Amino acid sequence: MNLLEIENLKTYFFTEAGVVKAVDDVTLSVERGCTVGLVGESGSGKSVTAQSVLRIVPRPGKIIGGKILFNGEDLLLKKEEEMRKYRGKKISLIFQDPTSSLNPLFTIGSQLADIVIEHEKLKKDEALDRVVKALRIVKLPDPEHAIYQYPHQFSGGMKQRICIARALLLNPELLFADEPTTNLDVTIQAQIIALLKDLQREFGMTLVMITHDMGIVAEMCKYVVVLYAGNVMESGSIEEIFERPHPYTEALLKAVPRLDETRKLISIPGNIPNLIDPPSGCRFHPRCQYAIDVCKERKPPLEDVGNSHFISCHRWRELQGGR
Amino acid sequence: MPPLLEVRDLVKYFPVYSRGIFRKKIVGNVHAVDRISFTVNERETVGLVGESGCGKTTTGKLILYLEKPSSGQILFDGKDVVQTFSKGSKEEQLKLRRSMQMVFQNPYASLDPRMTVYDIISEPFKIHRHVPSNEWKDRVYKLLEMVGLEPYHAERYPHEFSGGQRQRICIARALAVEPRFIIADEPVSSLDVSIRAQILNLIMELQEKLGMSYLYISHDLSSVRQISQRVIVMYLGEIVEQAPTAKLFDNPVHPYTRALMSAVPIPDPKRKMNVIILPGEVPSPINPPPGCRFHPRCQYADQKCKEEKPSFSQVDVDHFVSCHYWHKFV
Repeated sequence: MNLLEIENLKTYFFTEAGVVKAVDDVTLSVERGCTVGLVGESGSGKSVTAQSVLRIVPRPGKIIGGKILFNGEDLLLKKEEEMRKYRGKKISLIFQDPTSSLNPLFTIGSQLADIVIEHEKLKKDEALDRVVKALRIVKLPDPEHAIYQYPHQFSGGMKQRICIARALLLNPELLFADEPTTNLDVTIQAQIIALLKDLQREFGMTLVMITHDMGIVAEMCKYVVVLYAGNVMESGSIEEIFERPHPYTEALLKAVPRLDETRKLISIPGNIPNLIDPPSGCRFHPRCQYAIDVCKERKPPLEDVGNSHFISCHRWRELQGGR
Repeated sequence: MPPLLEVRDLVKYFPVYSRGIFRKKIVGNVHAVDRISFTVNERETVGLVGESGCGKTTTGKLILYLEKPSSGQILFDGKDVVQTFSKGSKEEQLKLRRSMQMVFQNPYASLDPRMTVYDIISEPFKIHRHVPSNEWKDRVYKLLEMVGLEPYHAERYPHEFSGGQRQRICIARALAVEPRFIIADEPVSSLDVSIRAQILNLIMELQEKLGMSYLYISHDLSSVRQISQRVIVMYLGEIVEQAPTAKLFDNPVHPYTRALMSAVPIPDPKRKMNVIILPGEVPSPINPPPGCRFHPRCQYADQKCKEEKPSFSQVDVDHFVSCHYWHKFV
């Protein structure tokens, strides 16, 4: 059994301008002990998917359909009090911006210890011991001293380490990392990636890496789910996706400059669609170079094309033949 | 041919004050840019890379005199920029402003939300008066076409556009004065991945068509490789290495450049990274380390690096590095 199974998840935002279909019919699964990449551009629904799993979708967003099976149990059927036992304890989340996700008014020790005290009913000094241990795991220098410091006394990379320590405090089974390195410099990004890889290896943690960077995906993940405009374009093993990609993934790979070569960038025409009134049929069709009439009319199903590679494209098989 | 832009020993310190009740006291200086020299030739794109706080944006601002240099010289087409803006006549200043323009990082903050696109792009005509007013409309349309927008976009307001389109508007505005030199400060880093290629390609096409020079400032080595003919790497306010793009990427010799390049993830599962992880973080520019500024994070550093500041050594034609032990890496 997979640790997490999401089936036909629909999360919509009911705004004044109309209903934004941020996550529309997303199906994916996360195997225990794996690192799975959730890839997409802004507005693809990758963060909302993570928020839906934890049931912390901000208003006016609402989960209106689907199933989220965690260890076989549907989280969408849980009561709010039950959900609180999952958040942080079984499923945890690291945010993109470490600065705004730490409280500036409390010391690191006190805000992290609060979590342990709340969930495990420990005494303050026992809780602080746990915090120090967690900070040591993420290689924060001098953790005994750090717990008495405030967030502003740390750099961005160190704050992100603290956030990772916070996410690990209660030994969660599943960890979502939502663009954890986007705000950091490249050399610091490399440190954080190395840290996450170590943690994954050492503790056999299940990690869902949310990112827009195909480089990070190639470096860290075993499986990938590619999202575009609230739909799953494809999912599969990293090798499959780079070798036999969906037209969107293919276009994306051709549009990013690479460090190891110079080549002509082939840009993807047009813009990311408005999700109040998304394109009919396949949501990528207005920007797809292979689009034909049927792409406009019918939404392609997510099909198993072998090697546990799932693709949502009318023409993929035919295009593979021609390649 | 003399270079279009020449920067000599440019320095910018920002004073740091102590908080006092009666008066502020200067307690130190942020060494934002510390004695850097480089040139940009006609029709050339020079990439300026480094991590946050290395002084790359400050360098761009200094060249345009948006910040006042503490010392050093900036020559644009033989003309002293600092002299012109501090002592020159209004006309001379306008003339110099016309030849150098900037495209900023965040297209959401650099367009006035109350002006239509037409107003935004024609504002330079009002200031510089280089286009007779009956031709403004045609000019605006032509500029819009040049950056890949439609004439009907002229009557719209910035909020109606996506990030990529806004960046196109910013580029059109910069082009309105027919500049010879454009500083592009992280022009694609706030855009979505699928949009970045559009803007990078546009920047390159415009150069082919109009023949201006760019200083492309970015922290993203991959896009720098894509767009630049020459690359300058900065660390903590200083230039550590500069070389033509191919030479720098094929054979980086400064330990910092090497670490920086190794840290960029490559979108190919078959090529696993061989990351050189740098210990620690960029030190404070208020009290930069003595000797080579990179020595506290450098695995090859020894006593000499701590004491003696390395001077520039020539590795190859046009390839310069500031490291005592660069020979090891050739």
